[in-house]
Amino acid sequence: MSATNSAEPVDEDRRDFLYIATGAMAAVGTAALAWPFIDQMNPDASTRALASIDVDISLIEPGQAITVKWRGKPVFIRNRTDKEVEEARATPIEDLKDQSAENENLPAGSPATDVNRSAGEGKENWIVMIGSCTHLGCVPVGVAGNFGGWFCPCHGSHYDTAGRIRQGPAPRNLEIPVYEFTSDTTITIG
Amino acid sequence: MSAGHSTYNPQNGFMKWLDARLPLPRLIYDSFVAYPVPRNLNGWYTFGGILSLMLVAQILTGVVLAMHYVANSAMAFQSVEHIMRDVNYGWLMRRMHANGASMFFIAVYIHMFRGMYYGSYKNPREVLWILGVIIFLLMMATAFMGYVLPWGQMSFWGATVITGFFTAIPWVGDSIQALLLGGFAVENPTLNRFYSLHYLLPFMIAGVVILHVWALHVTGQTNPTGVEVKNIKKETVPFTPYATIKDALALIIFFMVFGWFVFYLPDYLGHADNYIPADPLKTPTHIVPEWYFLPFYAILRAITFNISIPFTDVVLIDSKLGGVIAMFASIAILAFLPWLDTSKVRSANYRPLYKQFFWIFAVVCVLLGWLGSKPAEGIYPLLSLIFTVYYFAHFLVILPVLGWVEKPKEMPASIADAVLSEEKPVSSKAAAQPAE
Repeated sequence: MSATNSAEPVDEDRRDFLYIATGAMAAVGTAALAWPFIDQMNPDASTRALASIDVDISLIEPGQAITVKWRGKPVFIRNRTDKEVEEARATPIEDLKDQSAENENLPAGSPATDVNRSAGEGKENWIVMIGSCTHLGCVPVGVAGNFGGWFCPCHGSHYDTAGRIRQGPAPRNLEIPVYEFTSDTTITIG
Repeated sequence: MSAGHSTYNPQNGFMKWLDARLPLPRLIYDSFVAYPVPRNLNGWYTFGGILSLMLVAQILTGVVLAMHYVANSAMAFQSVEHIMRDVNYGWLMRRMHANGASMFFIAVYIHMFRGMYYGSYKNPREVLWILGVIIFLLMMATAFMGYVLPWGQMSFWGATVITGFFTAIPWVGDSIQALLLGGFAVENPTLNRFYSLHYLLPFMIAGVVILHVWALHVTGQTNPTGVEVKNIKKETVPFTPYATIKDALALIIFFMVFGWFVFYLPDYLGHADNYIPADPLKTPTHIVPEWYFLPFYAILRAITFNISIPFTDVVLIDSKLGGVIAMFASIAILAFLPWLDTSKVRSANYRPLYKQFFWIFAVVCVLLGWLGSKPAEGIYPLLSLIFTVYYFAHFLVILPVLGWVEKPKEMPASIADAVLSEEKPVSSKAAAQPAE
């Protein structure tokens, strides 16, 4: 590489230094510049700022459900009937495709029992879930499907009355977001 | 170029001057005038030209639509209605653009099946074929993002489902989806970036088309016999006027069909649900993609079971990831076709068994499309699974095995033998001076 037409001796160390320094600078510069171009695609500050919402649930009678919008996605809030709770309780956990509660309010890996899916002891009738099918994100239809819970019309996933996946291509139970009862008639999601 | 040296001869002083500085006219002359094409090309070989023109048509109508469209989730739906009702000839531009996408896919599918029938992907045309697969992928991405822009119910939920594919990737899936959407769900940032990319991708397609045509002109075209050109003088005709006129005739017929859709069936290939503005809280009861994605959609939905290590509960690939892998694999496998087909014989005309399996495969693809349009209930998921298995078996089992067991018919020694011998009495004169 060092052969030239020039009669003067070539300072090879100097050439190597210039070659490596230029290459290193170009590589670091490219990487440093690539990140802003990628990161600008991520959710922006205004999107991330939509943190939490309060929902009044005093008017939801047993058997009724409402859908609210949180972070651009629907959230199902259903006041389940005793019969629906019984059905969900009677299901052995071994029959479930996803045996994890998928409940953000509980430690990861909690079993998908009905009480772990609901709002907890004393509030078993309430269930609050992100209404996005865990398959590809369609909104399941309530009180439908082979298990009386939810049915996703897009690709045929059936969820039971505790929102657990029972049949179809969805891999996980409907996700339960972080929420709490701030009073008997109000829950705060997020 | 297989024509050998250039025969371009600048006609005047200016062209001579330009030729010495930027020989663009020479390139065009060599590529589209003097370029020799096999004399036995049939009508199925005209779709490359049709596709080139469809790309130009889509870019033209698209640039016009972009002058009137508003890429904002609050105004996008209204602006499309504004184009349809208020903009002068806006209805025509939008109809041409929307139906043009369908025509583009009809043409590309015919073009691909033609390549499969005549073995156009075989040595030495593997790179040409792979460039085609890349164009097909770019077309799918462009069409998908374009369909989101009217911001109707199908736009919104199509975008949700397709970007949902990426959540199937273990661990990083959700972050990748958020990166693609610019939010936690499909929202205004998603619409904006899709608009930007929908405008960009056609020009990338144009770039790959140039490579595709370049690769074609290096190896020369195949022909229905699958026998390479041996005698350029005897077995080829110059691109202009022979291929240009033939392509032009096919193009006119194709555009008549296109026009029929634009003027008489403008919404036949679309979905009524897309005239309902996007609603993030309600999914249409029956969500289906545009017709040209249906076979792949059926493959996606066919995998409804987890794949586990046998006799254990350890899930290797859950059903969702399985469906997404199967769908992408069904497209990616096309790129390996040149090596999966082990037969040395190109054309199905000389491959009696392959010819039958080709048509079975074509029917299976159509059936998969039909299944993709059906709800995922009853017998349909099972049928989808059966045909999905066949789809992959065609590439992974049938094609490799056929190459070893099939006894091809006797091939003609040359194109001249195949097409000139039958009509010797009349053609000796015609060959020397083709009819005008």
